[in-house]
Amino acid sequence: MEISSSLVLNAIVAGILLGGFYAAMAAGVSISFGMLDITNIAHPAFIILGSYIAYIINTQWGWDPILISLVVSPLFFALGMALYRIYYLAFERQGGESLRGLAFFFGILFITEVVLILIFGVDYRLVKSSYTETTLQFGEIDLPLRLVVPFIVSMIMIFGLNWFLSHTFFGRAVLAVAQDQFALRLMGVNPIKIKELAFGLSIAIAGVAGSFLIVIQPVQPSIGRDFIGLVFAICVLGGMGSIKGALIGAMILGLAESFTATFAGPSWAPAVSFGLLLFAIAFKPSGLLGR
Amino acid sequence: MKKMSHKVFIPVAYAVAAVVVLVSQLVPNDYFFSAAYTVLLFIILATAWNILGGYTGYVNFGTAAFFAMGAYTTVALFKLSPTLPLPVMILAGTFIAGVTGLGMGALTLRLKGVFFSIATLALSVVVFTFVVNWDYAGGARGAYVIAPRDVPFGLKRYIHFLYVVMVFLSATAIVVARVIETSTIGRGLEAIRDDELAAECCGVPTLKLKLLSTTISGALMGMAGTTYPYFVSYVEPASTFNLSYAVNSIAMPLIGGMTTWVGPLIGAILLGTVQQVVQVTISSAWNLLIVGVLLVLFVTLAPEGIMGLWFRWRKKQKLKKGAAQ
Amino acid sequence: MSDLLVVKGVVKRFGGFTALDGVDLNLKVGERLGLIGPNGSGKSTLVNCICGTLFNEEGSVRFEDKEISKLPAHKRIHRGLARSFQLPKPFASMSVVDNLVVPILYAANSHEGAVRRNPAQATEEAMAILKQIGLGPKAHEMSGGLTQVDMRKLELARAMAAKPKLLISDEAMAGLSNSEVDEILALLFTMKEQGIAVIMIEHIMRAVMRFSERVAVLVAGRKIADGDPEAVMRNPEVERAYLGE
Repeated sequence: MEISSSLVLNAIVAGILLGGFYAAMAAGVSISFGMLDITNIAHPAFIILGSYIAYIINTQWGWDPILISLVVSPLFFALGMALYRIYYLAFERQGGESLRGLAFFFGILFITEVVLILIFGVDYRLVKSSYTETTLQFGEIDLPLRLVVPFIVSMIMIFGLNWFLSHTFFGRAVLAVAQDQFALRLMGVNPIKIKELAFGLSIAIAGVAGSFLIVIQPVQPSIGRDFIGLVFAICVLGGMGSIKGALIGAMILGLAESFTATFAGPSWAPAVSFGLLLFAIAFKPSGLLGR
Repeated sequence: MKKMSHKVFIPVAYAVAAVVVLVSQLVPNDYFFSAAYTVLLFIILATAWNILGGYTGYVNFGTAAFFAMGAYTTVALFKLSPTLPLPVMILAGTFIAGVTGLGMGALTLRLKGVFFSIATLALSVVVFTFVVNWDYAGGARGAYVIAPRDVPFGLKRYIHFLYVVMVFLSATAIVVARVIETSTIGRGLEAIRDDELAAECCGVPTLKLKLLSTTISGALMGMAGTTYPYFVSYVEPASTFNLSYAVNSIAMPLIGGMTTWVGPLIGAILLGTVQQVVQVTISSAWNLLIVGVLLVLFVTLAPEGIMGLWFRWRKKQKLKKGAAQ
Repeated sequence: MSDLLVVKGVVKRFGGFTALDGVDLNLKVGERLGLIGPNGSGKSTLVNCICGTLFNEEGSVRFEDKEISKLPAHKRIHRGLARSFQLPKPFASMSVVDNLVVPILYAANSHEGAVRRNPAQATEEAMAILKQIGLGPKAHEMSGGLTQVDMRKLELARAMAAKPKLLISDEAMAGLSNSEVDEILALLFTMKEQGIAVIMIEHIMRAVMRFSERVAVLVAGRKIADGDPEAVMRNPEVERAYLGE
């Protein structure tokens, strides 16, 4: 295969656009796993759930999928809070290994997937919006709007989230809860409440990322499993609790996958995210911008 | 209650296996043997998983990869020499899966709890990707494995033979688990599970024992997969590497009880049978829903599983008797 | 005859922080050493470096005239070291007696020339040890549910069950009442009868003074005194370390 400059350029552009979107998928895990120490392996299931809700409403009433997810995000927030309540009462309160919690979320992953299969079946679903069909041309570079729009919204969301965590009281409380719960209590803040809200936030972000996903590609209930490696790799590569780090990790992953798909074939794609995850865990336990 | 020694347990286990085989010859319905094959498969997987998961405390999400190692070894050997006898395939697959277990352990056992588990998941997907791209074994298109026409032991159909093989393989897996459980090694693994640092400071060679655990666990999971190609005839990566093997091999020991060899057996028989029934009467999607729901319910409300509840009930009875005297 | 334990110039750093700054410490066979010092002075770090749960960056640790500073912890235990943990770490899913079976099977069994016991024999031996230290009646209770003082006893008993030549007791008496302190002290004295060398890390001075033949003082990663207990306690530097300027 001839390696032309336009091929490389397009791979880079696609990688960056994907990377921005991947950051949105993984930001929630940076919060739940990176800051709260909760191994929510079912995170991708909530992304897919977000995809399907965007799909139903888009198909029924024609609204823009991304707009739908933003409107619906309070529901996801509440869902996340409820889930954390259960997790806290059943596992965290007693301390001990988080492996039972891991098995718990593993079960939730499957339950969500199967419920979606039972309701929607295993066919791939798509959404249609004003921009999903359009591709801009910039010289040799293709800019499909279905990649560009989620990228832009995602970047706004990521930078907003980062600002929120470092500049508001709540945001800083979340960062504090990751480091010293006791000190937080001494300041009169209930760490459990903070964790509950933070986990709700992580699920809300997942729901929004779901709408990005279904704009970018067709969705089917089982694809959630494929994204487990991706979101955790980004979180670990990015240094566990850092949103900025997650963005960098997401870019790396986006570029790696883009290049692999272009030059080695898409069937190698899963190995990229999970391979990078292995690398991240084994060699960089504190990531690129770790705390 | 004094524990049965190995000298007694091992023959008893195989004798029970023989009895099971003989009695089931009376079953007229052929479907029973297919359904039983799947349940027996899960008995082996659950028992194998529990050696690393329940005894040693390391949760492995990569069950499918080891299972597939066993299956694909059989496929590769079949392509090489279709008349190779099944026992050879079984030994080869078990060995290769064991080596894989050793390798996985060497790479991941430095990692603490949750990271280890995520790493096992990642490894299994990486292995899956390599197999999908491995054209010799059929790659994504899959491979056909054809059972020999002459069924050994004069049994009517090949599935009957597979059933007999699986009964004895299950007995073997259970024997291995019990030997480990009751030996010095079992004590060491338990100590690692409860507090790895304290175990190391009590003289337990933690790394060596953990590697032993991943090797044996992996080998047995591979053993479960070695007959699978003959069962399905058409082997392709997506279903062989299915994550549902992971969720089942975690749920069954958890529901049955992770501290002894009995738990995985009970969990596999119960859950496996329910899934077979549901698959036939409703649909296979509901299977996973049931496993998922039961996993969540048990891990939340009764993490010691059925055996754990039984032990607790028995203790209460003992205390009541003691108080009454 | 050379000393049982020779620690020379041990340095341990955690990133930019130097926890141990060239510590020397010797111990003879059967000797009872008290190791004291303010919180954060590096006592537990030193214990970890001796036992192998941490590795020192510089310096050497010699046990019975052989270098052990590169050996993993379990191998050092096989050679005859043992330790208890400041915060007890019982094997919580096991009964009290089963807790002792582990070091018998893995430590006591691994000494040179040891008689290898199987789990059943090890259980008998464990029961004997429990009876000796007064935990006999609780043998079959879950170790996770013991009282504080019983957990400390179990922690020490587990170290003793390894049949060590040197036992390090890390603040076994912290937070206990007077009578409980005496119970633990009695336990430690039985090691004197068995000829086991003991390093006792404690803050409870009366216990240190009664028990130790020698006292060493660690402050900010450095040893500032080492010798006769009375003399060390009268040392003005030691007073300053504890009471401030």
